[in-house]
Amino acid sequence: MAQYLLSVWHDEDYDLEDPGDDFPRIAAQVDRFNQELTGAGSWVFGGGLMPSSSATVVRPADGEVSMTDGPYAEAKEIMGGFWVIEAPDLDAALEWARKGSLACEGPVEVRPFQGE
Amino acid sequence: MSDAPDDLAAVFRAEAGRCTATLIRVLGDVDLAEDAVAEAFAVAAERWPQTGVPDNPGAWITTTARNRAIDRVRRESTRDDRQRAAHHLHEAEMAPDDDPELGDLDALVEVVPDDQLRLMFLCCHPALSADARVALTLRLLGGLQTEEIARAFLVPEATIAQRIVRAKRKLRDNHASYRIPSAAELPDRLPVVLAAISLVFTEGHRATSGDQLVRADLSDEAIRLGRLLVELMPDEPEAVGLLALMLLTDARRGARTTGDGSLVPLADQDRSRWDRALIAEGHDLVRACLRRGRPGPWQIQAAIAAVHADAPTAEATDWSQIVALYDQLLAVRPNVVVAVNRAVAVAEHLGARAGLDALDGLDREAADAYQGFHATRAELLARSGRGAEAAAAWDRALALTTNPAEARFLRGRRDAVNPGG
Repeated sequence: MAQYLLSVWHDEDYDLEDPGDDFPRIAAQVDRFNQELTGAGSWVFGGGLMPSSSATVVRPADGEVSMTDGPYAEAKEIMGGFWVIEAPDLDAALEWARKGSLACEGPVEVRPFQGE
Repeated sequence: MSDAPDDLAAVFRAEAGRCTATLIRVLGDVDLAEDAVAEAFAVAAERWPQTGVPDNPGAWITTTARNRAIDRVRRESTRDDRQRAAHHLHEAEMAPDDDPELGDLDALVEVVPDDQLRLMFLCCHPALSADARVALTLRLLGGLQTEEIARAFLVPEATIAQRIVRAKRKLRDNHASYRIPSAAELPDRLPVVLAAISLVFTEGHRATSGDQLVRADLSDEAIRLGRLLVELMPDEPEAVGLLALMLLTDARRGARTTGDGSLVPLADQDRSRWDRALIAEGHDLVRACLRRGRPGPWQIQAAIAAVHADAPTAEATDWSQIVALYDQLLAVRPNVVVAVNRAVAVAEHLGARAGLDALDGLDREAADAYQGFHATRAELLARSGRGAEAAAAWDRALALTTNPAEARFLRGRRDAVNPGG
């Protein structure tokens, strides 16, 4: 069994205070997907993230660290959440990504973890 | 005993993909399999001039490659990248034979067809880019060297090499399985394989001033892969459709360029130079696949090619049937290339005016970026006596052309209609 990161991407930062009309439907879909993952024994970990505006970056500087407000990369696309799954091979991982992408109605990136 | 070096090249072309496919399954590692097959061919080059070519050269190569790989894994099994292979071999309980020719050759050869199918689906994995799929297919299944692929595609060798290395690494890092997709997965996976084979064929079929010979090889290789796929998946009518389309198109190879490499349009081709045997085979395949009643884009395109092949002269072409087939094709594959080809058929069937109307109805943005749209519009405008507009359309087409033979043809058409214009 290999582990894969399935990350969910958004075109722009979202506002959890005002999630929009689609939110209840998507939340229910994701809930069902999570149950399916767990039922199949493929769930390792997962969750949604607060908006990228909530992020802080800490980086090393001469043995100390410096901190900056905001996300590491000022990109238009941001990661909104992820799953870590266990799957026998790439095809199985891509099948979970397909279901996850339909559930959250957004693109999902699949990346294998290092190691066997 | 025949000439060994010539035999070796022929065996290589015929067997390299087959052997590599089996070795990947046995060793569980693409790079190790490739190295082992190359090593086995080197041994053959040394030995066969003395001993002659064995009765079953493919099996000899496969067994020799396997034994060499096992030796190597044992020697180098402390290295990380060999450990996986050693483990794989241990699980499969494979032991090397002392003499490859005394090994259980029949059993080894028997499983080979499935291995090539596995390899086809691995090379054409949807997680790879279209370019990488083509390069990997030609390299692993076609046994082409990186340099040959680069020359055929007019791309720097380093680009192809990097494409192949990256694709292999991605498949390995992602734990891609070496298996044939299930029936449920096939509708998604098979079209990717068909598209890759078609890309190889189209690239070989496109006339250029450069390496004609290498490019003809690409067409041959695509047809070989198409035949292999039909042999391995006889129940897939779209695979049959693609093979039929390639054969019917390839039948015109001798008539579609002049001695200096210029393009001859379908209407002006000397039909006596079409290959009748290929056309007959293509026709039989079209009939066979359409009988299954599961039409798809490749079968419809093959049917269109068959209607063209049926016509003794361009004028005698059954254009109403071709328009009807393009309507079907447009329904399953709605894109600008199909729509422009349909407009050409409409113009032949109902006149240039009707063809221009069909072109004007297309999505502007997609059409504007497509060279064929402007070239077709130019022809139809010229035919309607609108020479100045036609010349402008040819200029647009020329600006979008990268192929020298195509450019020469378009320039010739423009100058013939608008001399000195």
